[in-house]
Amino acid sequence: MLRIACPYCGERDQVEYVYAGDATCRMPELTDSDLDRWADWVFIRDNPMGEHHEFWQHVHGCRQWLFVVRDTVTHEVRSVTLARERPGATQP
Amino acid sequence: MSTQPYRIERGGRIDRTLPLVFTFDGRAYSGFAGDTLASALLANGVHLVGRSFKYHRPRGIYTAGLEEPNAMVSLRKGDRHEPNLTATTVELFDGLEARSQNRWPSLDFDVMRVIDRFSAIFAAGFYYKTFMGPTRGAWMFYERFIRRAAGFGEPPLAPDPDRYEKGHAFCDVLVVGGGPSGLAAALAAGQRGARVMLVEDGAEFGGSLLSRPAGGETDAWLGAVVAELASLPNVRTMIRTTAFGAFDHRVFGLIERVGDHLTVPMPGQPRQRYWIVRARQVVLATGMLERPIVFGNNDLPGVMLASAGRCYANRHAVVPGRKVVVFTNNDTAYAAALDLAAAGADVNVVDARCAVSVDFERAARQAGIALHVGSAVARANGGKRVSSVDVCAFDPVRVALGAAKPRLACDLLLVSGGWSPTLQLLGQRGVRPVYDVKRAMFIAEKFPDGYRIAGSASGELALRERVAGGAREGARAAEVCGFATSGQATLPPIALPDEPVSTDIVPVWMVPDLPGTGYRKKFVDLQHDVKYDDIALALSEGYESVEHLKRYTTLGMAIDQGKTSNVNALGIAAQILGRPIGTLGTTTFRPPYRPVAIGALAGQETGLHFKPTRRSPMHNWHARHGAVFATTGLWLRPSYYPKPGETARDAYIREAAGVRSGVGMVDVSSLGKIDVQGPDAAEFLNRVYTNAFDTLPVGKARYGVMLRPDGIVVDDGTTSRLSAQHYFMTTTTLGAGKVMQFLEYLLQTAWPTLRVQVTSVTSQWAGVAVAGPRSRELVASVARDVDFGNDAFPFMGVRQGRIGAIPVRLLRVSFSGEMAYEVYAPSRCGEAMWQALVDAGRAFDLIIYGVEALGALRIEKGHVAGAEIDGRTTLADMGLARMASRKKPFIGSALMQREGLADEARPQLVGLEAATGDAALRAGAILCEPGRHHGHGIGFVSSVTFSPSLGRHVALGFVSGGMAREGQVIDAVFPMRGEVRAVRVRSPHFVDPEGARLNV
Repeated sequence: MLRIACPYCGERDQVEYVYAGDATCRMPELTDSDLDRWADWVFIRDNPMGEHHEFWQHVHGCRQWLFVVRDTVTHEVRSVTLARERPGATQP
Repeated sequence: MSTQPYRIERGGRIDRTLPLVFTFDGRAYSGFAGDTLASALLANGVHLVGRSFKYHRPRGIYTAGLEEPNAMVSLRKGDRHEPNLTATTVELFDGLEARSQNRWPSLDFDVMRVIDRFSAIFAAGFYYKTFMGPTRGAWMFYERFIRRAAGFGEPPLAPDPDRYEKGHAFCDVLVVGGGPSGLAAALAAGQRGARVMLVEDGAEFGGSLLSRPAGGETDAWLGAVVAELASLPNVRTMIRTTAFGAFDHRVFGLIERVGDHLTVPMPGQPRQRYWIVRARQVVLATGMLERPIVFGNNDLPGVMLASAGRCYANRHAVVPGRKVVVFTNNDTAYAAALDLAAAGADVNVVDARCAVSVDFERAARQAGIALHVGSAVARANGGKRVSSVDVCAFDPVRVALGAAKPRLACDLLLVSGGWSPTLQLLGQRGVRPVYDVKRAMFIAEKFPDGYRIAGSASGELALRERVAGGAREGARAAEVCGFATSGQATLPPIALPDEPVSTDIVPVWMVPDLPGTGYRKKFVDLQHDVKYDDIALALSEGYESVEHLKRYTTLGMAIDQGKTSNVNALGIAAQILGRPIGTLGTTTFRPPYRPVAIGALAGQETGLHFKPTRRSPMHNWHARHGAVFATTGLWLRPSYYPKPGETARDAYIREAAGVRSGVGMVDVSSLGKIDVQGPDAAEFLNRVYTNAFDTLPVGKARYGVMLRPDGIVVDDGTTSRLSAQHYFMTTTTLGAGKVMQFLEYLLQTAWPTLRVQVTSVTSQWAGVAVAGPRSRELVASVARDVDFGNDAFPFMGVRQGRIGAIPVRLLRVSFSGEMAYEVYAPSRCGEAMWQALVDAGRAFDLIIYGVEALGALRIEKGHVAGAEIDGRTTLADMGLARMASRKKPFIGSALMQREGLADEARPQLVGLEAATGDAALRAGAILCEPGRHHGHGIGFVSSVTFSPSLGRHVALGFVSGGMAREGQVIDAVFPMRGEVRAVRVRSPHFVDPEGARLNV
């Protein structure tokens, strides 16, 4: 079981969180009607070995969406930040 | 009752003042407190305790610990019956009832023993080879016989009456193993102030020290350390507790056996407790397990590990035999030989090494032990107990037998093939042990972050070094956690014996067959009856990878997970392949280290407590008024309210009919409710709903549909605009959680600049839907501050009012197709609001209805619900294509256009009824062209009901072509019951298609 340090709540068990998707993919703009770009975002994911950027939600805690840098081989959690404060979060 | 003829008169760690009576296979025996079932059986001269898995060979007690492969018994009776417990770990209690397993009609005479005569047939891969290809069908016939013939104990059939608990714990330093090095580690860390947890699998601390003669100098040390640990408030010591799993981030699973050593747990006590421990640092002091040497008939009762023989003699004061042969390839077995000789046994030592150190030679001579060096036991002889051994000269380098030596008579054969550090927990963390050639053992060289290893688990054999290592690793673990040196002495000033322990070992995995005999019953894995031949066969068929070898032969599987067989199997495989053992790799260890009862993992989360139950604020009213409840997700909702003598069907039909003709009321509190506020709330809702919400006037509600990003409908509901920046969203009962999560996702990850706050208020509002032609009269009679005129409070209007003193939100929305109002009140006022409506409703013959009638009403209207919004359907599939705005993009607007979803041949929503007469239809039935009942058909039936308005059964379904098929007769096929019904396609709007009833 992973232990993840929520910026609000502190280090908590994995069971308080849900894994909530690949944070390396960015949702296309709603005005973008290009089917390929949408299909890529919805369906296509890399399966990286090593460092990975993920969204987790502290669903049984503060309900914040978190940006987690995790090593998929060792399960080491390198950093946890609020998703809305992640690098480039507000860039168009 | 027998009189424990093999009990040593004095000594041991048993309590002779506490005699205990127990039964084995119905026969009564006696033992003492401090015995295990195994030691008590041996004290009574009982060696035959079980039959083997496959061949039903007689088996005895092989070890004195949890690595036991043979001595499995069933314990207790009735609902407390528990199979497959190792007699070596079962603590004796008064009245214990144990039974042997896998034998018929009795342990002593087992008819299935005949299988052993044909063991050559049942070699590795037998089932694959026998029941594949043309003979595959034979498996169907033979399976039940095979299943009955092979196996362990019977599973219990009744629910477990005992209580199991879960505990959560945190510590700085977790020390696994309460032997000398673990005790030293816990003490060193504890004296530095770290929060320490020390867990020990056995019933007392001491580990290997308990196998030494009682009262010696190591006991003084042990007593002092245990007392010192008990005095430290920051140290928690736990006995009868197994660390069975090492998980990510230093999270450990422990099982504490609180009541297993009692007949039944004491009042208020659980049977077992499952602990989840988060540790900052870990010291593994898990010790070593002795491994055997494989030879002919090595599975006979009376053959056991040398360390077990020593444990029984010194800890339990039992001599497992009086004429003892010790077969070893290393020095450690001499302690067993000397201690048994001291207990009065006649001892021969057969040592595979060409020479033995002078110290051991002298000690053996003084103890009257006959020493046979450069020799090996090639075969054990006997029926249900070993009676003699065949000894030959042996060349361990060439692994070859030489001249035969005189046969040695014996009733106990102790074997030591060396030691294997217990590295399973590290293995669970992905550490692959490496082979140390000099010490002939697999050791760990790399450790995960925060893990340390101490004592014999590190491969160290000398006691003083093990203790020093424990103290060192415990201190370091505490220092890493920020607890600096304490300045105190870390260990009691009691010297440990300075004893000669050498690492002199010559690896011997197996002794070859006696020349000329071709004797082949050499068991590598005793528990799963895997022989040398099976390994040789698997290798010859190409299963050379250890993982393949394991699966092809089943070696190392079952409850002992190969604790006494894995390393020998690797050695034997290396020998056959002619490769160094270290190059073969090892199999992967996974939790649990020893079997864990499912009951312990479940804890209290069973039955009603398996998941939470959500109840409406009006739940108690429903219960008092005879509601029959149904579950929707976690919610308990009234399904119907039967009057005396009514069936469920009678009740819902009466309730639904009452709504159409007068007025009814249903609890809708379980609907998801989300408060949406902020300057960008309108923009946000525009993006998540397919239709527009910025154009919604304040004081109005609108039906909205949400899609997933892939274009599939995910949920629907009504959302009202309470003010310019404040919306009140409702979702379906089941969709509430995922909708809320998705809204949060969008706001926090995709659109963090939108100024919107979403809050789940599902539990904060109680909701009631009042529906029927007289609903306005009823609601108007109780609600104040609201003008109920048809124009003043139009369809889809939203008003604030009050019922008595209760502030309420009123929405004129309808799911039933009747004129209807949803009334929301703060949850704490829910029952009062409900009661006020019930009281006022007497004048209107108010019907209280449940979700069954609610379903009937919406099906009659052709309104979609969960059965239609099933995660596969689009707006167009449900006839809701007009809900998709063309003026603005929304979540799913791009991908709903994709080819597969735009396909006109997709099944679309239709109404269905029996083509002739009336007949109940079945949800899930497959719709097919008449007579063409194959493939996936052309659609399916989603919802069915009896329509009180039409007086017949109707259904909703999806069919390719949709309403273009109106009037056509097709088949509804239900293969599970062999049913075929001709159904006519018609409009899904069975009642009031124009919506006239909404505006009376």
